[in-house]
Amino acid sequence: MKLIFEKSKDGRGSVLLPPCDVPETELKSCYKREKELRLEALPETDISRHYTELADRVYGVNNGFYPLGSCTMKYNPKINDEIAGLPGFADIHPLQPDQTVQGALEGLYKAEEYLDEITGMDHFTFQPAAGAHGEFTGLKLIKAYHEKRGDSKRNKIIVPDSAHGTNPASAAMAGFEVINIPSAEKGLVDIEALKGAVGEDTAGFMLTNPNTLGLFDENILAITKIVHEAGGLNYYDGANLNAIMGIARPGDMGFDVMHLNLHKTFSTPHGGGGPGSGPVGCKEVLAPFLPIPRVVKEGNCYALLEEGADSIGRVRGFYGNFLVIVRALTYILTLGGDGLKSTSENAVLNANYLMEGLKDTYTVPFAGHCMHEFVISLEELKKETGVSALDMAKALLDYGVHPPTMYFPLIVHEAFMLEPTETESRENLDRVIAIYKELYEAAKNNPEEVKNSPKKTVIGRPDEVMAARNPVIRYEFPV
Amino acid sequence: MGTYVPNTEKEQKEMLELLGVTGMEELFGAIPGEVLLDRPLKLKDGISEMQVKNMMAGMAGKNKVFSSLFRGCGAYRHYIPAIVKQVTAKEEFMTAYTPYQAEISQGTLQAIFEFQTMISELTGLRAANASVYDGCTAAAEAVIMCREKKRNKMLLSGAMNPQIIETVKTYMAGTGTEIRVVPVADGVTDKTELKRLLDEKTACFLVQQPNYYGLLEDYEDLGKLTKEAGAKYVMSCNPVLLGILKTPGEYGADIAVGEGQPLGLPLAYGGPYLGFMTADASLMRKLPGRIVGETLDGRGEKAYVLTLQAREQHIRREKASSSICSNEALCALTASVYLSAMGKEGLRQAATLSMSKAHYLAERLCGIEGFSMAYEGDYVNEFTVVYNGNSGKLMQGLESYGILGGLPLKGKDYGKIIWCATEMNSREEIDELIDRIKEVLSREVDI
Amino acid sequence: MSNLLFTKTHEWVEFLDETTAKIGLTDYAQKELGDLVFVNLPEAGDEIGAGESIGDVESVKAVSEVYSPVTGTVSKVNEELLDHPDLINSEPYESWFVIFEDITDKEELLEKAEYERFLKGEE
Repeated sequence: MKLIFEKSKDGRGSVLLPPCDVPETELKSCYKREKELRLEALPETDISRHYTELADRVYGVNNGFYPLGSCTMKYNPKINDEIAGLPGFADIHPLQPDQTVQGALEGLYKAEEYLDEITGMDHFTFQPAAGAHGEFTGLKLIKAYHEKRGDSKRNKIIVPDSAHGTNPASAAMAGFEVINIPSAEKGLVDIEALKGAVGEDTAGFMLTNPNTLGLFDENILAITKIVHEAGGLNYYDGANLNAIMGIARPGDMGFDVMHLNLHKTFSTPHGGGGPGSGPVGCKEVLAPFLPIPRVVKEGNCYALLEEGADSIGRVRGFYGNFLVIVRALTYILTLGGDGLKSTSENAVLNANYLMEGLKDTYTVPFAGHCMHEFVISLEELKKETGVSALDMAKALLDYGVHPPTMYFPLIVHEAFMLEPTETESRENLDRVIAIYKELYEAAKNNPEEVKNSPKKTVIGRPDEVMAARNPVIRYEFPV
Repeated sequence: MGTYVPNTEKEQKEMLELLGVTGMEELFGAIPGEVLLDRPLKLKDGISEMQVKNMMAGMAGKNKVFSSLFRGCGAYRHYIPAIVKQVTAKEEFMTAYTPYQAEISQGTLQAIFEFQTMISELTGLRAANASVYDGCTAAAEAVIMCREKKRNKMLLSGAMNPQIIETVKTYMAGTGTEIRVVPVADGVTDKTELKRLLDEKTACFLVQQPNYYGLLEDYEDLGKLTKEAGAKYVMSCNPVLLGILKTPGEYGADIAVGEGQPLGLPLAYGGPYLGFMTADASLMRKLPGRIVGETLDGRGEKAYVLTLQAREQHIRREKASSSICSNEALCALTASVYLSAMGKEGLRQAATLSMSKAHYLAERLCGIEGFSMAYEGDYVNEFTVVYNGNSGKLMQGLESYGILGGLPLKGKDYGKIIWCATEMNSREEIDELIDRIKEVLSREVDI
Repeated sequence: MSNLLFTKTHEWVEFLDETTAKIGLTDYAQKELGDLVFVNLPEAGDEIGAGESIGDVESVKAVSEVYSPVTGTVSKVNEELLDHPDLINSEPYESWFVIFEDITDKEELLEKAEYERFLKGEE
């Protein structure tokens, strides 16, 4: 389809702004842009149709099943969006005096209290704008903690090789050296490897639990103890919290600092890649280092504290992705303590139900119950038919369902990682099981057909090599 | 209990039976007893949608929405065309994930490609990314892009928004980088000081257009000085004003960054906003975050994909220059729709109206005794005045009339107020502000 | 290519004289990596030790380090690869990565036959 620039014509567009009612000020010519802006307004009809056409070429959670492992693509309740759109939240200036934004501060304060209770942490900051930003912030807290104690030789962060890429990247960005340790069987922490890696230079250890195979690490207390005894701190990557709300808490597992993804566990929409929100929680001992500003309660009033002697400083402008936090708060209030627990239970139930339905057809590498997600391996299928996990994912597109996370974690070959979430009904899961079975048969009987998929999508498989070798990353206007 | 679980309790029970377990607890058998929470969460039980709506609306009602607003300093209230909210509320855009599956994400990908083109046109630099968290973190990411083995000193103009300076400092702390703030003279970067600080170790110099105090600086000269020292020139810009202002590209900047909030995003108490970044084509592979590129599909048709991914954290891990994964995609879409509706003429109009209103406001304000312009330099939509009274009391007085005045500064700038005007401030509103200021002043003898 | 030596990390080395050598990636390496889309090269003048990273090569979904088999100073980098990383795929033994000078040390290097035997073991 055409780009918006190819649809626009000079002189069209709507009348949006009024004429000037004060004497017009002329910008001095030395400050004026020389090259004319190549940006034509479009009539509203054309804008509406252009973006409707684009929307038709996007698959969202509203379109159907979206089982991306570790992404928690649950349904995004509409009431959350409606609340976020209230003028009292959407139209307040971030530099308004505290007494004129008591509702906003109350919301942030309460959201902090709720997340403390859900995770077992003592404090939260809402400054970080996404999960990776939260990791970066949390690691800065760890750095500040050691430095404050005069323990500045602690410059290494230990990360399991099965971790999300953001973990090592955030650690490096925060100024740490990254030590990767191999995983034991089932992607669990290799206790011996961890023991061998910790030492006087250990600043901290990062972990996702349940891990990326959907398994809860039974040795969690032993693991966090090893790190603590070596003088390091434990960082919890909250990507998989949807499995354990109301059931177990990172704060009770020996973790000192963590981040959450409000755009995963707490149902705020992903927006095609963002905005997210990555609040960081910590134990009391790290509280002095939290970024500014902090929301505090003084009597019956809330206030923003702009200074902190030991604070790591500011990690972004203002106070974080406020409207995302409003959505998450709405979600928490709607579900309540009982609803959050039921959410996690049903996320785990749905994952196990789906795994049960697929296990006779596909290889499930690890026996036993899974948590909120699980991995299947297509390695055998590939050996037999030449059809890869990528081919199968592309074929799923033709069935109108979103493929799962592929080729992750790396310890399972030709991996599919499925996280159905609690918001899918039993019939949907049954339908998906049927599709996966049908597809398996198709791969066996007609491998070439599967390898040539997708066929029903608006484009076929794109040439990514061409895109990367000769990057074209903007439109070129005709001369 | 509020819930978004579709399966009824009966169905849940049947599913559990099918799995051969007696209850939910059994599914969590792998969690050691010592870490199981042995009590319910101390949160209230869930409630109905209607109740939650009332509760949250009550909370929203405790915030004061100012209909008359003269404050900017990093967040600007511009007119948002009705089409913008309608388009960005489309569920497909709203609820989709990062467009890794290109075949079913062409809409998101094309929208980002269009966004990259628009930002590139606005800034006059070739290579844009798909967005970062906000304007402050965009500046920090730009500093990281400029870091070189032999150049690790970063210069920031002291006339930048202090939040940008603070964020850059936090980002770079403990990474072996030296951050120096170039002193300010007469509200702009002190050129003599800049010359003194620039050396062969300097990686970059960052300046803001217009700066925190609202002033336009001598960007031409600042750029020349920076380039002569072999450092990179980075400008942080207001994108609406780029509709009329000379672009970073025209000033010879290597990188342009900024806060995209003025492009159709509500004030929203500070977020979600939109960090944008563009760079000279030679720096394309140093840009952080996602980038969309054009290619062909197997059928020979034009297609869009996430490209240059080997720069990113999911492939390069600890060697990636940034850990950013989620960005502000929906806000980038918002900016695109806004720009499509406004076009170059609408943008010029918004910028010119803002400028004219700010000048009218300045003139009227400085006609009141006790107010005077802090600096002589040229300004656009914001300006700084010196006020020799109690600005806190003045602002409180205005608030009682539903007016949010300029931002009184603290610390070294105590006694100054930064005022802002946009197309949203009518002449009537400005005249009313002036009357109210006079009223407050006459009533409160001690301010 | 009879005078080429090889590493177990799949680089080839061609000594131009005792202290000067060209380094590239082997045919096996390029096949394993798939279509290359970009290379990150060091700068002339960089001093690199044997076993350290010289730079890396990118395919669409992966990045791989290129390790130096020698200790020395980079005298020249093949800038043509910046625009045409595909040359490594089409002509791996022509597409040298860097030329080292003042070589003072080297890793244990394999003769062609030894390298081929090593590859058989890899499979």
